[in-house]
Amino acid sequence: MTEALMTHETAGEAPSADRPLLQVRGIVKHFPLKGGLFGRSTGTVRAVDGISFDVRKGETLGIVGESGCGKSTTARLLVDLITPDDGEIVFDGRKLGRDLTLTELRRNVQMVFQDSYASLNPRLTLEDSIAFAPAVHGMTDADARRLARELLFKVGLEPKRFAGRYPHEISGGQRQRVNIARALALSPKVVILDEAVSALDKSVEAQVLNLLMDLKAELDLTYVFISHDLNVVRFMSDRVMVMYLGEVAEIGPVDAIYAKPAHPYSRALLASMPSMDPDSRTEAVVLTGDPPNPIDPPSGCRFHTRCGFAEAVCSREKPLLHARAAQGHSAACHVGGVDTGHTLSELPA
Amino acid sequence: MSLFSPSAAVPVVPAERSPGYWSLVLRRLSRDKVAMIAFVVILALVLMAIFAPYIAPADPYKSSMLRRLRPIGTPGYPLGADELGRDMLSRLIHGARLSLMMGILPVFIAFGIGSVIGVAAGYIGGRFNALTMRTVDVFYAFPSVLLAIALSGALGAGIFSGLLSLTIVFIPPIARIAESVTTQVRKIDYVEAARASGASGFTIVRVHVLGNVLGPIFVYATSLISVSMILASGLSFLGLGVKPPEPEWGLMLNTLRNAIYVQPWVAALPGLMIFITSIAFNLLSDGLRSAMDIKA
Amino acid sequence: MLLYALKRLIYVLPVAVGVSIVCFMLVHIAPGDPLISVLPPDASADLREQIRRAYGFDKPLPVQYFIWLGNVMQGDFGTSIATGRAVAEELAKAVGNTLMLSVVATIIGFVLGCLFGFVAGFFRDTAVDKIASFISVIGVSVPHYWLGMVLVIIFSVQLNWLPATGAGPGGSGVWEWDWAHVRHLILPAVTMSVIPMGIVARTVRALVADILSQEFVQGLKAKGLFDRGVLRHVVKNAAPTALAVMGLQLGYLLGGSILIETVFSWPGTGFLLGQAIFQRDIPLLQGVILVLAMFFVFLNLAVDVMQSALDPRVQRS
Repeated sequence: MTEALMTHETAGEAPSADRPLLQVRGIVKHFPLKGGLFGRSTGTVRAVDGISFDVRKGETLGIVGESGCGKSTTARLLVDLITPDDGEIVFDGRKLGRDLTLTELRRNVQMVFQDSYASLNPRLTLEDSIAFAPAVHGMTDADARRLARELLFKVGLEPKRFAGRYPHEISGGQRQRVNIARALALSPKVVILDEAVSALDKSVEAQVLNLLMDLKAELDLTYVFISHDLNVVRFMSDRVMVMYLGEVAEIGPVDAIYAKPAHPYSRALLASMPSMDPDSRTEAVVLTGDPPNPIDPPSGCRFHTRCGFAEAVCSREKPLLHARAAQGHSAACHVGGVDTGHTLSELPA
Repeated sequence: MSLFSPSAAVPVVPAERSPGYWSLVLRRLSRDKVAMIAFVVILALVLMAIFAPYIAPADPYKSSMLRRLRPIGTPGYPLGADELGRDMLSRLIHGARLSLMMGILPVFIAFGIGSVIGVAAGYIGGRFNALTMRTVDVFYAFPSVLLAIALSGALGAGIFSGLLSLTIVFIPPIARIAESVTTQVRKIDYVEAARASGASGFTIVRVHVLGNVLGPIFVYATSLISVSMILASGLSFLGLGVKPPEPEWGLMLNTLRNAIYVQPWVAALPGLMIFITSIAFNLLSDGLRSAMDIKA
Repeated sequence: MLLYALKRLIYVLPVAVGVSIVCFMLVHIAPGDPLISVLPPDASADLREQIRRAYGFDKPLPVQYFIWLGNVMQGDFGTSIATGRAVAEELAKAVGNTLMLSVVATIIGFVLGCLFGFVAGFFRDTAVDKIASFISVIGVSVPHYWLGMVLVIIFSVQLNWLPATGAGPGGSGVWEWDWAHVRHLILPAVTMSVIPMGIVARTVRALVADILSQEFVQGLKAKGLFDRGVLRHVVKNAAPTALAVMGLQLGYLLGGSILIETVFSWPGTGFLLGQAIFQRDIPLLQGVILVLAMFFVFLNLAVDVMQSALDPRVQRS
């Protein structure tokens, strides 16, 4: 039984120990495209089109996919920076809008953005940027300031030297450390890292990743780690979710997916991954071309236009997430599904 | 250990502080020679306006039928005498009061009102933005001179109607700039991050938006002072705005218009004052703009 | 292209309606009874009421607006209080004069502005640039009505080369393209050309400097290929924006001409407006403002559409 399919579960029933910390149920976000003669909407971008997944307490869930697949939109939907058109978000058994307020959600789920410079107010000192959120939530100025210094220390920046500096005076890696400190200022349970290390140099990236690992262990955090870098995701994650054109293609334990991807898209994505080991380099199917336009996504399985195993059924019927061999592993592909009408029962090696 | 109970592990010692944005801007501005000259000129004009009664050698209202239209350099009348025999120097000094007030005040009031309108429209967005900005567009559709003359022409002459008309003229351009800057800032990640921290819209605007938008709006507003000086004096020149016998440079230019055949250079003096003021504000505004253009 | 023009038109129409409402309201923001100038001061309350009704002032404001708008659409701008003639008639005479003055001034200003801007942009950060840039700052800072006076002092009063006022000998009112008439045009047109000159120069300087700093131009320079081809490229790329700025400036001139026409007693819309203000002739004021503002609105539209036709990248959203 896969968690991703457990839509019958109602919040509050399951014992809290087994209950996922964050549950996302059928979340949808379509952006209208304005244009036309009277500013009418001329179409919709189906950025996120009905996805469901769980985040378990203490794990790191990696989310991968090509740019434009809805990774970042998903991140923003999780903290309601973008309000979903449909679907629900359940945190610790409490549903947003029913018995969980937005303020409570945001105190528990924080986010680190990709652009370390844009995510810090250039007119505020680093200390003030970190102290802002706790002050908003009622901490006195002096306490918020003390907390900010403590967090600076925790992310490896000496408070005396850095508290009074401005964002443009420090390096990208240092800025991202400040952003992490800022996200931690409310003592959140979940931190969403949206391409948080993607803009950094490789050496700096490694340092920040190690910092994230340390903080996670020390503060008992849960991460949602979004990246297009499959190596980094493998290093960081316990489980991985592969997204394609606003939908979940595959989700499961990181080892299962990296060893034996069940979805042709995941396989192509992993095959295109640069490897340090010459033996494991592959000549196999590599993705060509750009993903189709999310304004008018392909019918049936959205990947069928680029898939080497596509058959008539793939353009006709949308594949549902189906459990695979490994525990907790499921993929949305007609190949290997039950009675899907696809001639293949398994992806050829 | 909860982060909400800050421990005493890290003693709060005073941290090294970097100079803030505005002190950097001022430092850069002070190195700009042209801008500094312009600043000194403006300072001198403002001081002249404030201390006019102590500086002016004569009563600016005292006329003399015997000494009408004296040339520059007449004993007792260093800059000549106007069409009613009043001392030009004293009138030019006193004229700074109304002229500067009529030129500067509308821009500052419009800066306040226009910023509120533009920032609100930019931050709230949606229908509110559309409605507000279309209304602003209607006033922006008029050339500024035309709108100023239309409004004060309808309201009639007078200092108050002049100030009101000019303020209305400058609100739309400032609101448009404020709206576009705010719309840009609103999309930047630090505002998103502030929203994600659960702060209210009002707090976000106060802490994160205003600090980043007021600077650019202010620079734009200072560039309007020059236009405002010319317009304000222009209204008085047309017989709107300030009424006689008050000394005001535009009005003086108007009443001396027919004297160009007798004492041409005396008649041209008030315009020179407007020109100097206007160019000084323009240069200072240019200097401020480039001083604020700090690339981090 | 056509779709874009149509979209802009749909965007502009509500603005135009708004402009007409502002013009309509001018009569109503004027202090005192709008009838004060037509009524004898000792008019009885009865007579007052009668005239109120005759002028339609008893109806609610929106109704008055639509009646007024209907009249304006048919070319009826009301009657001048001062002269008793139809406002439309007064306007027709004046608009032509203003347009001629503005077009000539725009051309002079454009040519000079491009020249200064080009030189400044080409010799960026040299003494030549500083001088050319300073001239453009002067251009935007000078009170143009005062500049007019100074030019009159120099060329009419002192040198006696050109006439100080009017639009032709003997106030005939009929324009002809001969020296006797053109002499009258020189001073006001030159004065007025200063307004667009400064702004055109600034725009052109920025454009030229920007184009010259582009990588491929730098590449050509490095190869020693900096020649007429580069110059042609600069002109081709700067032209649409420069023309658009000029088009918009023409609109500002039509508004800004008011003060200059007053200085030179040039019989255009500005002069008419000056008279309207002096005599508190509100219907005339309203008519002139409406015509000039509408002209400006639709000129903007035309410039915008034309610019997007020349350079499809610039389409306002």
